Amino acid sequence: MDSTPFRQSPEVTRHEGGQARVSRVVLTLLVAALVALFLLFVTLPVASLFLRISPEAFLQSVAEPVVLDALSLSLATATVSTAIVVLFGTPLALVNARRDYPGRAIVDTLTDLPIVLPPAVAGLALLMAFGRRGVVGQYLDHFGISIAFTTVAVILAQVFVASPFYIRQARASFEAVDRLYEDAARTLGATPMTVALRVTIPLAWGGLVSGAILSFARALGEFGATIMFAGNFQGRTQTMPLAIYTTMQGDMNAAISLSIILVVISFAVISAVKIVTRRKY
Amino acid sequence: MLSIHTVRKLRDYALDVTLSVRWGETLVLIGENGAGKSTVLNLISGILTPDAGEITLGERTLYSSEEGIDVPAESRNVGHLFQSYALFPHMTVAENVAFGLRCRKVPRPEVASTVADQLRAMNLADLSDVNVGRLSGGQRQRVALARALVLDPDLLLLDEPLAAVDMRAQGAMRSELRDRIKDAGIPCIVVTHNLRDALELGDRLCLLEEGRVVADGTPEEVLSMRENGFIASFAGSEPHNGFMAPAPITGHSRGPPDSRPL
Repeated sequence: MDSTPFRQSPEVTRHEGGQARVSRVVLTLLVAALVALFLLFVTLPVASLFLRISPEAFLQSVAEPVVLDALSLSLATATVSTAIVVLFGTPLALVNARRDYPGRAIVDTLTDLPIVLPPAVAGLALLMAFGRRGVVGQYLDHFGISIAFTTVAVILAQVFVASPFYIRQARASFEAVDRLYEDAARTLGATPMTVALRVTIPLAWGGLVSGAILSFARALGEFGATIMFAGNFQGRTQTMPLAIYTTMQGDMNAAISLSIILVVISFAVISAVKIVTRRKY
Repeated sequence: MLSIHTVRKLRDYALDVTLSVRWGETLVLIGENGAGKSTVLNLISGILTPDAGEITLGERTLYSSEEGIDVPAESRNVGHLFQSYALFPHMTVAENVAFGLRCRKVPRPEVASTVADQLRAMNLADLSDVNVGRLSGGQRQRVALARALVLDPDLLLLDEPLAAVDMRAQGAMRSELRDRIKDAGIPCIVVTHNLRDALELGDRLCLLEEGRVVADGTPEEVLSMRENGFIASFAGSEPHNGFMAPAPITGHSRGPPDSRPL
């Protein structure tokens, strides 16, 4: 402390300065070690996937029907479930961001519930609702409609677990839009629908897209609810995570190849979210 | 003629305002922060709903609690300029000006030519394709005015129209604004903290205190009421820079937080 008004002998000052410097160095090293250890813990397993398989073996495995079926089923179901989540979630998020109504807190809690609900519970709950003897399923069964253990069940499971990721993000993005723009739009003649479509949604666009991407990623990774509610049938309900689980018991290369594809997609998702959430306005 | 009688409970007091403005007349509303000036504008343009009262504009009733009429903001045809202008940040200058016409389902070629004419009249033609984020305060003000005037509004409401304009440009912008208001020939209400705005734009001056009109007359009449503390400091403010108080430059158009409705 050079500016200290107290007189100190130069020796004492030098000594204390040295001590402070040492403790700062120790602290820096400690933090660096913790960070490095943690990063190693995260990257090592991911890197191991890439180290355990040769490029040739990877390409060979990727061409296998079980891998191709899982890949196409996963991409198709996750796309459809994301579209459903966006379709139903956008109005809900907009209303909850802008309107106060009795029970809004309950609606918020319900839409968040799947985030904390264990996937196995979600799977069982869906089965109890839409299974052949389920609360709704028994009536659907009369019309010859059966949902459980079909591709539709895969989509429902994904919608169930992935919807909060979009709805939460969408609501936050809508709340971040200054109401002044909406007020201005109304005085210029825009109906509430036009305000939503031409002002609120465009201004919240980055957040909506990143929410949809996160929701897509969650749907792609869905395992627990799917295996319980939709089963594990190749080409019909065996999505990538289910295929990893299944092939791991016989064809490890296929499991690793699927995992690598999912790692790449995850990286792409994180990068995409970072890019679209960069503030423009 | 615009005539207003509105009552609305705000957090700290009840706003109870009765005013009228003739065609071609400009009324300047002055008062402390939180006196309810911006709230009055929001009630007239339909962003807020009064608890009771009546608002009529010419033959049209915009709001009447007795008759159960409440014309939605989008159908009132009132030009409302917000303090921070509220230009849509995701649109260009031309798109901002075209917004209201497109809401009215005007055919595209007609929108394009009307917008081009308006931009030319407001000396904004060069900025047509510029994103509004790049504009100066004065340019923003002109775009906001163009966006409102292109719709031929029946009434013009201006909330601190020059507060976000560069001090040096204010004089020129003010006389330009006065000309545009006069050309429009419609009732106009201007909210301001600026003595020069009041003197140059206003045909009439109206002082609002805690949601009530306490003085209403020609600028000379109202400004001579020196026994009122606000008038004394307002009239005594330096006319060259105009600011009597550190007026918020980019505040909310809804007025200061204490004037927010319950």
